[in-house]
Amino acid sequence: MTTTARGLEVRDLVVEYEADGISLPAVDGVSFQVAPGEVLALLGPSGCGKSTLLRAIAGLEHLVRGIVSWDGSDLAAVPVHRRGFGLMFQDGQLFPHRDVAGNVAFGLQMTGVPVADRKPRVAELLEMVGLAGFGSRQVATLSGGERQRVALARSLAPTPRLLLLDEPLSALDRALREQLAEDLARVLRETHTTAVFVTHDQDEAFTVADRIGVMMSGKLVQVGTATELRAEGIDRAVRAFLGD
Amino acid sequence: MTVRRWVVWGLVAAVPLAFLGLFFALPTGTLIARGFSTDGALDLSGFGEVFGRPRTWRIVGLTFLQAGLGTALAVGFGIPGAYVLYRRRFRGQWLARALVTVPFVLPTVVVGVAFRSLLAAGGPLGGLHLDGTLVAIVAALVFFNYSVVVRTVGGFWAHLDPRAEQAARVLGAPPWRAFVSVTLPALAPAVTAAASIVFLFCATAFGVVLILGGLRFGTIETEIWIQTTQFLNLRAASVLSVVQLAVVAVVLGVSGAARRRRERALHLTAVEGARERLGRGDWLPAAVTGVFVLVLLMLPMLSLVVRSLQTADGWGLQNYANLATTGGRGVLNATVWAALGNSVRTAVLATVIALVVGVLVALVVSRHPRSRSGRRAIETLDAVFMLPLGVSAVTVGFGFLIALHRPLGLNLDLRTWSGLVPVAQAVVAAPLVVRTLLPVLRAIDPRLRQAAAVLGAGPWRVFAAVDLAMVRRALGLAIGFAFAVSLGEFGATSFLARPDRPTLPIVIYRLIGRPGAENLGMALAASVVLAALTAGVMMLAERWRPASAMGEL
Repeated sequence: MTTTARGLEVRDLVVEYEADGISLPAVDGVSFQVAPGEVLALLGPSGCGKSTLLRAIAGLEHLVRGIVSWDGSDLAAVPVHRRGFGLMFQDGQLFPHRDVAGNVAFGLQMTGVPVADRKPRVAELLEMVGLAGFGSRQVATLSGGERQRVALARSLAPTPRLLLLDEPLSALDRALREQLAEDLARVLRETHTTAVFVTHDQDEAFTVADRIGVMMSGKLVQVGTATELRAEGIDRAVRAFLGD
Repeated sequence: MTVRRWVVWGLVAAVPLAFLGLFFALPTGTLIARGFSTDGALDLSGFGEVFGRPRTWRIVGLTFLQAGLGTALAVGFGIPGAYVLYRRRFRGQWLARALVTVPFVLPTVVVGVAFRSLLAAGGPLGGLHLDGTLVAIVAALVFFNYSVVVRTVGGFWAHLDPRAEQAARVLGAPPWRAFVSVTLPALAPAVTAAASIVFLFCATAFGVVLILGGLRFGTIETEIWIQTTQFLNLRAASVLSVVQLAVVAVVLGVSGAARRRRERALHLTAVEGARERLGRGDWLPAAVTGVFVLVLLMLPMLSLVVRSLQTADGWGLQNYANLATTGGRGVLNATVWAALGNSVRTAVLATVIALVVGVLVALVVSRHPRSRSGRRAIETLDAVFMLPLGVSAVTVGFGFLIALHRPLGLNLDLRTWSGLVPVAQAVVAAPLVVRTLLPVLRAIDPRLRQAAAVLGAGPWRVFAAVDLAMVRRALGLAIGFAFAVSLGEFGATSFLARPDRPTLPIVIYRLIGRPGAENLGMALAASVVLAALTAGVMMLAERWRPASAMGEL
């Protein structure tokens, strides 16, 4: 099945999880689009299904129903490693047996970039995330913030057509989080990266994203720009959660 | 999971399954069948006959008594040891940890000879008349298994979140109270796991008991050996092997349940917490551990080394020079150095086999298939592959002896095959390889594999970049274990080694069983050589160990 939309389209997506032998919907009929170069934040309380939705887009979850497509072609038959997407985890998931440069170069290696071309690209990315000269450091010696910067560089290195970010800043303390949110917004704009950004922090969503989708109990209840959301008022249940 | 991946993993699993089928299931199956039948007909009279003898009941009782005492003491001393060596820090701690680790991999005959050298008439503690007593056997069992408790409990303790205990202290609990009511319950799964594995090792102890027990003491293991080689009563040996299998199965069940609980335990921090300096308040565990290490661990080894340098006319290296001979009155068929050569060659082969089998098993068992049937298949395989860990070396050796004569009705006699000893040693060593690698593989966050996949790595490249890379980091330790175990293997080898090609442990056992100061001196010197070689291998392997690996042994 094809559509004419450019970029990412998610249509009527359902993902279930199993608890005590019963299947419950984690993502319950969600549809949205993300245009090339746009950053969409998925905002909602923990357990609302936003991370599951992100993993489903990456191809890491089994879809009960619905379609994930890119530039109009259905990705159902495309395995995770051929989607050309990037995914950044909450806790980085850096490879402990590789140094910083080895981590950043991993995606380049997988896509067959020649050795000679990897080095400058790695240096360029480390510079962009503010870690110039960190290439030979062991990941175990990095602070939490540095790890997430390396994870971001690693995700961006193979120039993914879509970057998925799963609460990349949640494990950090507040001051660092605000700083990194601004850096993240800058890097995504500079690289014209199309991205879906999952968070439970409203400020973070407003800082990083062009548009924001609000999720509750597996459903997407509102989508709009920061201005639109402020104007029409965020859904009451969501407001209660966000503490406004 | 595609059909192709099922096929590939099926083939990967088939290699170790075939190996263990032929060299483990077939021999033990034959043993069991022989215990239950005569000429193909069900016949339980063998059981009646064996259990009608008071001797059998005495041996079974002794097995449990020795294993129970050995376990209780190893745990009793091991917990303070784990605290001092893994929860506190002090200068020279790495050396203390290494010292404590060495006994576990020392060959059983070496430990037997070391304790004899200490306790026999003429030894430093000869005046206590402990040679050939229950005390000597239990002391040797504790010597071996102390490190199992210290490392299992200590490894767990180092990763235990200290804040629970701190919370108890803040709420007004004195240190001992906080320990008893908070820390000890949290450690319980690790203590249970260690205790059950130590009980298993004690109950299947063979070499030390054979050397230290004399005629009065024994275990089911030594009894199987005596019935086979001295009385040629294969029927009684088969019945005893079945009893031994039952004991092992029960203990393994308990240990498996404890292990699953430990893997499920959630109080662990990913990294070792900062450890406090050993302080004045730690005097009791520090003193207990210090005395224990000096008296029970160091003294026998020191006595072994010192007495190996004692000759008929004072001090010297005569005993070592004699290793180039076949002993006083030619008790050996080969020189001791030739036996060492046999041992090393055999151990290298056994290590290679154990590694191939062990790595494949660990890789298969650490898969996380999505389907429920896949998960059930993995659980079953895990249990199947762990059986040889518990089954005693003597059972393996005896099983080979009776099963590999015309195996499966084929007209060939594998008993004369020169690869038999390495294969038997590999059966004994492979489970250790699995147990070393598996915790490392299981600790891999599945999201690490997903991170690799999202970055463009296909299933096989994910496997190479994550799983194989992790295995490589723990491989040194696995190789060390496999090699050390094969080098010192005595239980199975004592049934299978050809008289003209003995291994070093066989030669040592033969030397210590013969009269003559010259033979005793050679046994001591050969034990020192074997101990040094084993300890050296393990020290090398330890250096290769990744800091984050939390092994089980």
